[in-house]
Amino acid sequence: MTGWPSLAPRAEAAPRTQMLRAQARAELTLLLRNGEQVLLTLVIPLGLLVVLSTVDVIDVTGRRVDFFVPGVLALAVMSTAFTGQAIGTGFERQYGVLKRLGATPLPRSVLLLAKTLAVLAVEVLQVALISLVGLVLGWHPHGSFLGVVLLVVLGTAAFSGLGLLIGGTLRGLTTLAAANLLWFVLLVLGGIVFPLSAYGGAADALRWLPTAALSDGLRQLLQHGTLVGRDLLALALWAAAGLTAAAKLFRWE
Amino acid sequence: MTAATQGTLTLIRGNPPPKITPRLSAVSAPVLEVVDLVKRYGERTAVDGLSLRVAAGSVTALLGPNGAGKTTTVEVCEGFRTADEGTVTVLGGSPAGVRHRVGVMPQGGGGYPGLRAEELLGLFSRFYAHPHDPRQLLELLGLADVARTPYRRLSGGQQQRLSLAMAVVGRPELVFLDEPTAGLDPQARRATWDLVEALRADGVSVLLTTHLMDEAEHLADDVVVIDHGRVVAHGTVPELTASSQAFVRFTGPAGLDVEDLLRSLGADCVGKESPAGTYLVEGPDGPQLLAGVTAWCATRGVLPEGLQTRRTLEDVFLDLTGRELRR
Repeated sequence: MTGWPSLAPRAEAAPRTQMLRAQARAELTLLLRNGEQVLLTLVIPLGLLVVLSTVDVIDVTGRRVDFFVPGVLALAVMSTAFTGQAIGTGFERQYGVLKRLGATPLPRSVLLLAKTLAVLAVEVLQVALISLVGLVLGWHPHGSFLGVVLLVVLGTAAFSGLGLLIGGTLRGLTTLAAANLLWFVLLVLGGIVFPLSAYGGAADALRWLPTAALSDGLRQLLQHGTLVGRDLLALALWAAAGLTAAAKLFRWE
Repeated sequence: MTAATQGTLTLIRGNPPPKITPRLSAVSAPVLEVVDLVKRYGERTAVDGLSLRVAAGSVTALLGPNGAGKTTTVEVCEGFRTADEGTVTVLGGSPAGVRHRVGVMPQGGGGYPGLRAEELLGLFSRFYAHPHDPRQLLELLGLADVARTPYRRLSGGQQQRLSLAMAVVGRPELVFLDEPTAGLDPQARRATWDLVEALRADGVSVLLTTHLMDEAEHLADDVVVIDHGRVVAHGTVPELTASSQAFVRFTGPAGLDVEDLLRSLGADCVGKESPAGTYLVEGPDGPQLLAGVTAWCATRGVLPEGLQTRRTLEDVFLDLTGRELRR
């Protein structure tokens, strides 16, 4: 017979900061350990950046690398905050992980904050690597660093709301299909690889897509040093709509 | 070894204290009280006016066929579902308000597939101020060798035991275990039973659901049998299996002359062969009945096998819930 230690009750929730640290670390571990996630968030954006900046396949105005670095930054934010979060959250629901966490003292707000911190940490890594590769390819950034932070944070809020909305309402496999499809559609229509001017009259409408707003906002800032109010507004509206809908419709199991 | 766990280790015992079965429900306030619970899913009423109480420091087993309402009842108590009618009081409060004092092992997993066993248990331990040492729990549940194996690559039985560890790591006062030994091999099942007994010995209250009669007989101070969302019987195992009539069951060749057996036993005995080759006889006096049965068998040259002189929990359960298959 194995000797059990004393199992006498001594139940008390940990301080919130301890829970947050532990949960954020777990979320980050999961993001970085998942091969498909790393492919989506790092390998594809970096690959696109290298290929598009060095091979003359798409016509752009100005230097190629200066056009593509902001677009790929937008793609990276979308991949992590939208596609990655949607798929991760969808499967966590399906596997009963979120339900199980609901039976612990971990508050919902701390769980969501931990997810956000993990997403931001991955984005820091993405921005650093993409900027580094861009600089090696001869990228000359303009504009303020704070402007980039503002755009990335607003974009993250917009994409997180949409990602949590999909991941929190659809089944795991449906989420996987929908998130990947939207990722591709927004990659093509969002001004990341093709300039929006390529779409003629539709460009005025496409400009309000979150991906287009983020890529255009980053491009105007990093290429020309101007912060475009319309792009900030579009991202803020998507963030408000997505987060509100997610908060209302999210199902934990 | 951290400072928090050293206090634990000094209290390791070689053997658990002897099993005592006090009727605590009579003397102390219950840790769980469910009164007239009703839960509907659309048209279907899953729980239909169910009441039960779990006494402090006791193990209560919720027994019932598939679809009887066991899991729904437990999930309302855990705070996962809200009651349509009735009240649920957990540790003197609402289920949502006492999460940190309650351990939950739901049916079917609930782990991050990509986290290792030790990472998952470590994560859960950090939700609590005074957790058990995760490594020690893994060792005691036979999971030390798979501590670095991702959750998704653990066998079903290993996932079950890890889930059990996650339920108790925060030193809860009350533990809900939903079919804790479903699909476990005998060794893993025994380890789970040992843990439940150790929990009770240290004053932790346990509510478990099970299909397994021997599990309820072995572990439970109180058994609540539910069917169609209602309590159909409750009490200790001896209370439930007691009956005014003495009882003998044995197996032998099919087609023995039951009428002749009953004539030899006396007018106040009844009996039947069901299923073929299994004989069941009831009468007012146990020793007389057993002697009569074996004497009759001897005259026929029949050796009665599997002699049983007390109703089992399974007999009670099947009498209460019927013998037809569910779903």
